[in-house]
Amino acid sequence: MIEYFVENASSYGGEIDWLFDLITYMVGFWFLLTFGAMVYLLLKFRYREGVPAKYITGERHNEKRWIHWPHNIIIVFDVVLIAGAIWVWVLVKQTMPPKDDAIRVIAQQWSWSFIHSGPDGKLDTEDDIKTVNDLHVEVNKVYHFELQSRDVIHNFAVPAFRLRQDMIPGRSIAGWFEPTLPGTYDIQCAEMCGHGHGIMSAAVTVHTPESYQQTMAAIRDGTYESDYLRRLNGPPTPIPGTVKASDPDSYATLLAKSF
Amino acid sequence: MSETTAATATVQEHAHEEHHEMSFWEKYIFPTDHKMIGLQYMFTGMFMAAVGGYFAYAFRMQLAFPGMDVPLFGQVTPQIYNMLITNHGTIMIFWVAMPVLIAGFGNFLIPLMIGCDDMVFPRINRLSYQIFFVSTVVLLLSFFVKGGGFGGAWTAYPPLSSVPEYNLTNWGSSLWIVAVALEIIAFLLGGINFVTTTMNSRAPGMKMMDIPIVIWMINIAVIMFMASVGPLIAGAVMLFMDQRIGTTFFLPAGGGDPVLWQHLFWFFGHPEVYVVLFPTLGLVADVITTFSRKKLWGYRTILYTTIATGGLAFVVWAHHQFIAGIDPRMANVFVVTTLLISIPIAEVMFCYIATLYGGSIRFTVPMLWALGFLMTFLLGGVTGIYLGASGLNIYFHDSYFVVAHFHYTFFPITIIGMFGALYYWFPKMFGRHLNEFWGKVHFWGTLIPFNGIFLPLFLLGMAGQHRRIYNYEHFPDLASPDLQGLRVFATASLVIMLLFQIPFLINFFGSMFRGRKAEPNPWKANTLEWIVPSPPPHGNFKELPSVYRGPYEYSVPGNREDYWPQNMPDRN
Repeated sequence: MIEYFVENASSYGGEIDWLFDLITYMVGFWFLLTFGAMVYLLLKFRYREGVPAKYITGERHNEKRWIHWPHNIIIVFDVVLIAGAIWVWVLVKQTMPPKDDAIRVIAQQWSWSFIHSGPDGKLDTEDDIKTVNDLHVEVNKVYHFELQSRDVIHNFAVPAFRLRQDMIPGRSIAGWFEPTLPGTYDIQCAEMCGHGHGIMSAAVTVHTPESYQQTMAAIRDGTYESDYLRRLNGPPTPIPGTVKASDPDSYATLLAKSF
Repeated sequence: MSETTAATATVQEHAHEEHHEMSFWEKYIFPTDHKMIGLQYMFTGMFMAAVGGYFAYAFRMQLAFPGMDVPLFGQVTPQIYNMLITNHGTIMIFWVAMPVLIAGFGNFLIPLMIGCDDMVFPRINRLSYQIFFVSTVVLLLSFFVKGGGFGGAWTAYPPLSSVPEYNLTNWGSSLWIVAVALEIIAFLLGGINFVTTTMNSRAPGMKMMDIPIVIWMINIAVIMFMASVGPLIAGAVMLFMDQRIGTTFFLPAGGGDPVLWQHLFWFFGHPEVYVVLFPTLGLVADVITTFSRKKLWGYRTILYTTIATGGLAFVVWAHHQFIAGIDPRMANVFVVTTLLISIPIAEVMFCYIATLYGGSIRFTVPMLWALGFLMTFLLGGVTGIYLGASGLNIYFHDSYFVVAHFHYTFFPITIIGMFGALYYWFPKMFGRHLNEFWGKVHFWGTLIPFNGIFLPLFLLGMAGQHRRIYNYEHFPDLASPDLQGLRVFATASLVIMLLFQIPFLINFFGSMFRGRKAEPNPWKANTLEWIVPSPPPHGNFKELPSVYRGPYEYSVPGNREDYWPQNMPDRN
């Protein structure tokens, strides 16, 4: 159901979407059952002239089973849920498939620096390519990333990859992703990081091998035009309904329209 | 047993000494009477709820119509936006939920329901409110100091919260942490009082299993609060020292660790969720049994599963930190404990629903609120499963799904359940009834817009919208007209909901002086507070009652009436 809102662009996004659906079916079952039972009881046992309430303690054996059986079924559901949750967790966060390339992400108040390993596939060498607010990756390659922060806690979040990870100052946090769908997606900082938290965005572009080589060459030549800025400034227009601070009159129209 | 009797006897003598005419000052400003202290807490909480609601209005307007001059507020800059969301959260938890639910209803109800004349430490009780009042003033002042109020989110993660160069609110963040610490001290004093009173001052004959469930719940809540708050106090002292004298407990450059704060904070922060949940569960239990004329289903089951929930709540805190840089293997432990907590809390829900079975249900205003609480809290509970599942938390951490989820728990707890209790005990507090018609208008006018606010936020969370952003124009994937439509819908619902609080306020203050007069027991309920006049006089009971049975003996076969007060020796 998540893929209806955000397309999945990573190898493990499918598992996370699957886990969402699994949980939706399970808790949806309980929600409807409990809600339905409550509505039924409210209608059936509403006040009627001359019909007294029953005296039930709920502590006798044959009464307790009304609580015990749902309880037992919940335990079964919980076991399935825990297994599913841990399976996805281990896949994304606890295991790292062999890497094809490496990147380093450095966050600071309030911008992103990305260090691409360059042709040799190794960080901290001469051919590293550094960009600001623009990350470039190649489709179907496993990337190992290192997350670092210069000041406060930030969070490297790419909804299209189904990925979020805090960045702690003083540490280097490892992780991985494998993009599967070419396109340009938002990178968010998903941890409160101060006054500029709301502008701390970046863009990740998933390239085909050819366009990846072209972009990297363009960055080296200095002819590169930022995907991040293109998306920020170009169409589609920024948030509809945005009003200028100097234009308070439009308030009434806007609110009236929304009702 | 003999100890209990002795204790109540001394209390009784003491009470008789104090029955003299009190000055306005003594009665309303510096009272030692538990009822007045409870009301002081409640009115302060209501005032702070208005402040928190006003903040929510301002930042929701900014989200729906970015950049506009918000009517009655003005420009919401990024800095002000952060200040608003931070203090909205802080206020609603520490200055609304806790004072109204625990201190307000706890103070008012405990002595009345267990049948004694006052708290065992009335002056400590007064001190508790006074410290709370000071904490309120400190928090409100923090909005007006140089640099503005604290804006680092209510969780106050360092280094952002601990280094003035990062948060740019040098004084605001220090005053914020001082205010929170003072508030906690106030509740520690109150909590000691609650537990001691419940243990020592019960009416003769009131056994542990005869205590109304709400009193149990408040006691479990304050015991949890007292057991969990120590680490937060330690953390707050360290944070304050980091801010003011340059220690580096949370600063990696000085050998500190920012994640340490998160452990200290959430070790308190997660039990805190249950600290505010339990009192409401208790309040709602009394309302539901009274208006379905039924005995509470499985009193012991509810009690034991609540205690189990409370115990488990102490070992789930790291589910707030799944992706915060803790060892990923640790998540596997916490996902188990987190999802296990669904078992006892679901049992409590089942017991409440089963209580309706075979009842004779009257849809009075308090009952509507109580049922509204069960239904909305149910959705809040089940959506917690999504976030507790570690694998899915990778996607949902700090998204609007989280926001929607915890508002579906906290709003029913703090507002919907609380209103049920307020409409139920209002006749006892002020001796008059609230208007029934306007009560129903208020109920539907709150419940429907509430869903209108937060259901869209679930969808926004699924769309990957992250929290605490003042304007989504910098995130092209989130700036689409569809998503903006959802934001506007949520804001419009909020405005409607806030408008529907106006009839409530008129009803509340109008009925206090002009409402229909209430008899001592207007709802025909069993518990001891209903045997005294409404409102109860200073010292509560003319002579202290004895208790013969549990609090929920409704519709007992063989009785003429369908209720059976706890203090009545014979058949009713």
